[in-house]
Amino acid sequence: MKPAPFDYFRPVSIGEACAFLAANPEARVLAGGQTLIPMLAMRLARPSALVDVTRMRELTGIDLAGDTLRIGAATTQAEALDSALVAREAPLLRLALSNVGHPPTRVRGTIGGSIAHADPSAEIALAATILGASIVYRDGDEEIRFEPVDFFIGPTITTAPPSGLLTHVAFPRRPKGRVGAGFREIAARRGDYAVASAGAQVVLHGDGTCASIALGVGGVGDVPVNVDLSELDGTPFAFDRVAGVVAAALADLECVGDLHATASYRRRAAIQLAMQAIGDAHAVAMEDAA
Amino acid sequence: MRVPLTVNGTTSEIDVEPRITLLDALRDLLGLKGTHTGCEHGVCGACTVLADGAAVRSCLMLAVQCDGIAITTIEGLAPGPGELDVVQDAFCETHGLQCGYCTPGMILAASGLLAKNDDPTDHEIRDALSGNICRCTGYGQIIEAVALAARRLRQNNLRPALDDAG
Amino acid sequence: MTVVSRRFVSTDRRVREDRRFVAGSGRFVADIDLPGTLHVALVAAQHPAARIVAIDGAEALAMPGVIAVLDGQELSAATNPMMNGLDTPEVKRFPLAVGQNRYAGEWIAAVVAESRRLAEDAAEKVRVEVEPLGFVIDAEEAVSPHSLPVHPRHGSNVLLDRTFTWGAVEDDFSRSEERLSFRVTWGRSSTVPIETFGVIARWDPWSGILDVWASIQMPKYADQIARALKLPGNAVRVHYDVDVGGSYGVKRGIKQTVLAGYLARKLGRPVRLIEDRLENMRAGDAHGPERIFDVEAAFDRDGRVNSMRMRALDNAGAYAGRAPFQLGKPIGAIVGPYRIKSVEYRAMSVTTNKTVQEAVRGFGQSPTNYAIESMMDRVADHLGMDRLDLRRRNFIRADQFPYLIPSGSTYDSGDYHAVVEKVVAAAGYEALLAERDRLRGEGLCAGVGLAACLEPSGGNSSFEPLLNEKNRTSTWMESSRIIVDALGDVTVNIHTTSSGQGHETLAATVVGEVLEIDPDRIRVVRPDSLASLPGNSPVGSRMAVMLGGAASNAAKDLKRQMLAITANRMKVPVGDLVYDGGDVIGPGGSRLGWSDIVEIAHRRFHELPPGTSPGLTASFIQQVPTGVALPKDGKVQMYPCYSFEFHLVLLSFDPVLAKPEIHRYVIGHDCGTVINPHIVKGMTLGGIAHGIGAALLEEFVYDAEGQLMTQSFLDYLMPSTHEIPPVEIVHHCTPSPLTEFGQKGSGESGYLGAPAAISSAMQDAVAPWRVTLDRLPIRMSRVSDAIAAAQEEGVTSQ
Repeated sequence: MKPAPFDYFRPVSIGEACAFLAANPEARVLAGGQTLIPMLAMRLARPSALVDVTRMRELTGIDLAGDTLRIGAATTQAEALDSALVAREAPLLRLALSNVGHPPTRVRGTIGGSIAHADPSAEIALAATILGASIVYRDGDEEIRFEPVDFFIGPTITTAPPSGLLTHVAFPRRPKGRVGAGFREIAARRGDYAVASAGAQVVLHGDGTCASIALGVGGVGDVPVNVDLSELDGTPFAFDRVAGVVAAALADLECVGDLHATASYRRRAAIQLAMQAIGDAHAVAMEDAA
Repeated sequence: MRVPLTVNGTTSEIDVEPRITLLDALRDLLGLKGTHTGCEHGVCGACTVLADGAAVRSCLMLAVQCDGIAITTIEGLAPGPGELDVVQDAFCETHGLQCGYCTPGMILAASGLLAKNDDPTDHEIRDALSGNICRCTGYGQIIEAVALAARRLRQNNLRPALDDAG
Repeated sequence: MTVVSRRFVSTDRRVREDRRFVAGSGRFVADIDLPGTLHVALVAAQHPAARIVAIDGAEALAMPGVIAVLDGQELSAATNPMMNGLDTPEVKRFPLAVGQNRYAGEWIAAVVAESRRLAEDAAEKVRVEVEPLGFVIDAEEAVSPHSLPVHPRHGSNVLLDRTFTWGAVEDDFSRSEERLSFRVTWGRSSTVPIETFGVIARWDPWSGILDVWASIQMPKYADQIARALKLPGNAVRVHYDVDVGGSYGVKRGIKQTVLAGYLARKLGRPVRLIEDRLENMRAGDAHGPERIFDVEAAFDRDGRVNSMRMRALDNAGAYAGRAPFQLGKPIGAIVGPYRIKSVEYRAMSVTTNKTVQEAVRGFGQSPTNYAIESMMDRVADHLGMDRLDLRRRNFIRADQFPYLIPSGSTYDSGDYHAVVEKVVAAAGYEALLAERDRLRGEGLCAGVGLAACLEPSGGNSSFEPLLNEKNRTSTWMESSRIIVDALGDVTVNIHTTSSGQGHETLAATVVGEVLEIDPDRIRVVRPDSLASLPGNSPVGSRMAVMLGGAASNAAKDLKRQMLAITANRMKVPVGDLVYDGGDVIGPGGSRLGWSDIVEIAHRRFHELPPGTSPGLTASFIQQVPTGVALPKDGKVQMYPCYSFEFHLVLLSFDPVLAKPEIHRYVIGHDCGTVINPHIVKGMTLGGIAHGIGAALLEEFVYDAEGQLMTQSFLDYLMPSTHEIPPVEIVHHCTPSPLTEFGQKGSGESGYLGAPAAISSAMQDAVAPWRVTLDRLPIRMSRVSDAIAAAQEEGVTSQ
């Protein structure tokens, strides 16, 4: 299991990377490599060259930019998981990250690499979808921003520009109100690709009524799916009522069946995990004094 | 491509094709056979090394990516010939191994954990080792070894005293 | 009861092998660099069955660094077919497919190059023209007379179809008050060591010796290579000082070694074939049993099980090998720990277009135990009896040993009731049931599982003559040699490789025990196969019994020589002497020290007693304690020693997600006298983990097109730290009367009962929904879907 030959290029700037990608259509961006390198080893991917962005300063770092939390594409999952900023501003992302792979893969694996790869069961993509993050590419001199729902269009298929470089992901900052997040997933082994996952962010008003419930499920179909629960906005949080709305919203969820789980399992699991995630999120929100 | 590789404190320049993984470079070019090949697709953890102190899979890094990163392999742990470090000794004490094939990766994953956290819970130990598959032991004596090593690290007087800081 | 005081046996000493492994200083086959070594990559078949029309290696050969492309035609013309266990001469097997391939992934050509990556680059360029053929994947389909035969010249897919009747089965069935029948299926899984199989072969034309370094665990390995390569036995030199990165049965490597050996001879350079993970999973020929059991039980209303009919249909894959014998070993414990009076057993092995099977830990015993224990659970359920009470009622009692079972084996010793009572006390069986009910009250599925089974140990191979009358093997030996050098230091030779079992510790411990010297002062080495006494490698849980026996008997011989030298020197009868920690004490307290005796043995030949050889050495070739007879009337003593284990498990899961969490796992284990407690503990815990994998996660799955779907570690799921719970071990010791220290085997412990125990617990957990789980591995999706279907039909868990 040795990769087929390829060239290796390590650009220092976004411009240099974009120029190389434009000139080499068979080249691929190498970030953490935790998914790409196994594909190379199995010769399922045969790029002409790898453009290693792991050390590009412009692509790393976590900071606040206006009303967003900006995470550089080459920021590792481990850094993001350990980041106090992430914990404060995007607690759902933090929970999602703790479910990504295993500690050694998070040390190398990146936020942007996971987004760009667009595995249907990827936790970071699901969190980005639920939170409505912006996925920001540079293509030549042009900056292109994608909403997740427009970006993830199929299993490992995105609308990313072919010669573009994912530079960062901008997550909305923590909303006002009492905020709680929950993230649940199921796989035969913890740390494997989830056969179903769900994340929720519950925002409550001071009196405990729902300001909003953002819910998404992943791993069940081709792309992460947002679930519209806006009919609950402004209502008192009642678990049974929420359960009814969630079950109805997911009743016709498109699910795939494979070796690891049937489609019907995935659908039921998605509903169950969604309710668990909402329950977790609600419990945290109730404790949140803000 | 020529790349300076810093392994166990020594830097040597190697000449590799870009497709050579860190794992293969360690074994074939530097002769460090303690890092083992298990699956070559990033699941089993047998090839685990430390990169700047954190456990990583060496089959999922290219050698050309590794300049400027301090790599530690199992050969870099022992304080001297025939001497074991605390984690290695704990694995011997509890018999946290059988065939020895996953063992270097397991010990480095444990070392990566203990460098950050010398009082890990059972769950934290399991989580840190969850990416390393062992087919012999069922993990029981491995987890005992890591807990024992943590206890010994806490009890030894090699670490900076905290009491001065109040 | 006499208390035996021992210095080293059963004491909590470190395992000596561990030092080199924790330092990364093990010497595995892939670590061996010979100058000028060539590397092999394989070309794999795409179809499950296809006629090979042409193989064109020209483009590959033209690539830089590529030395050779070998196909099955050339290789089969130059070599003998590999050995079959059964008498199936038309099921011919060569390392590379000849004329047609018989499973997807089978090796059809080998590419040899200066590096592995160049060999892989070139393997992509080998052009293979094929005509796809019909194929069969399913065992029941394969057994049908209308099925396409995988080997047309063999005439059918049936490799083995033997029915044994032991005892008055018909009478026992007709006299019994109740009967039930059921089917359970053991899915295809294996041991999947983290080190793949690897071999390096080097031919020296000047000495005419083929040197072999391999990650091997195979009885008579050197003989088989020599036979296949048409070499004299003494032209194959296997280096036993290679550490093996796990095996648990599967590392047999004949085909890989024949291929590498042939290439090394042909090319005049060392050749290295280290399987990569895809080669290993698809075509390392190391899958395990895949077995359908149809079982019928006859029993009385008081819970006594009188008789059993079992049909075991095993899907052997594309070639025969030794794997069908895995239907034979379970005959040695076909009634488990129970007093079942009669058994009818039909053993069927069929070829299909799947990867070839190899021996897996327990050699077929764990699947059979799963079937037997499923039967006990179902009988209890049928009668409304507690499953534990049912087992207690049927266990062989301690006062009944030695106990002859219907199929001809005598169990050496045991106290099953005592072990079970210890476990019940340790786990608090009633409290466990109460906890289960509490969890159920929370809306979870919760189950208590239990399994009792035997570990036949000390392996010989009586199943060979039993299933193949042309095979007249009655015993399997193991050997050891001890040398005391002129400085008085002790070296023990063992004549096998090890794959984690701690044989160096075992040998040093027992020799130290007999000679009363510190085992840490004893060196243990492994000569190569040409310098070794005969042996049969660590299979069948045999080394505590067999290597332990050989080493301790050699040490006893050495002690005998020392006493004779002393008697001669002191001019007293041997009977007046006492051996004491390496010295010998004579009448009146006179003492001849170890170094004096060594001095006499090595230098002062004139002081040696008549008939004593100079130099203190001793060799012992141990035969299996009971391995002296061939089968008669379909009955045979299979293995000599029988360890016992009893598993008790509590688990629960959410009825929708159905991912079990194991809350409690207690095992009671009796393997007689334990030589090294760390090793036995590790074997048991590791076996349980492997068993949990087989029960819940691991399977080689094929799709309808005959393609293996689980060929990487992304899909073949082995348990991690998250899936394996803490396990409590409860010890009991019933020494074997057949061995030096009372030891029995433990190399397969845990694995033999864990799948049955997990299955039992899962079944208990879903019982309220009237769902039946009858197949391993038990996938969470299957459980959840079954519960959902039951709920839709209106079944409630109350």
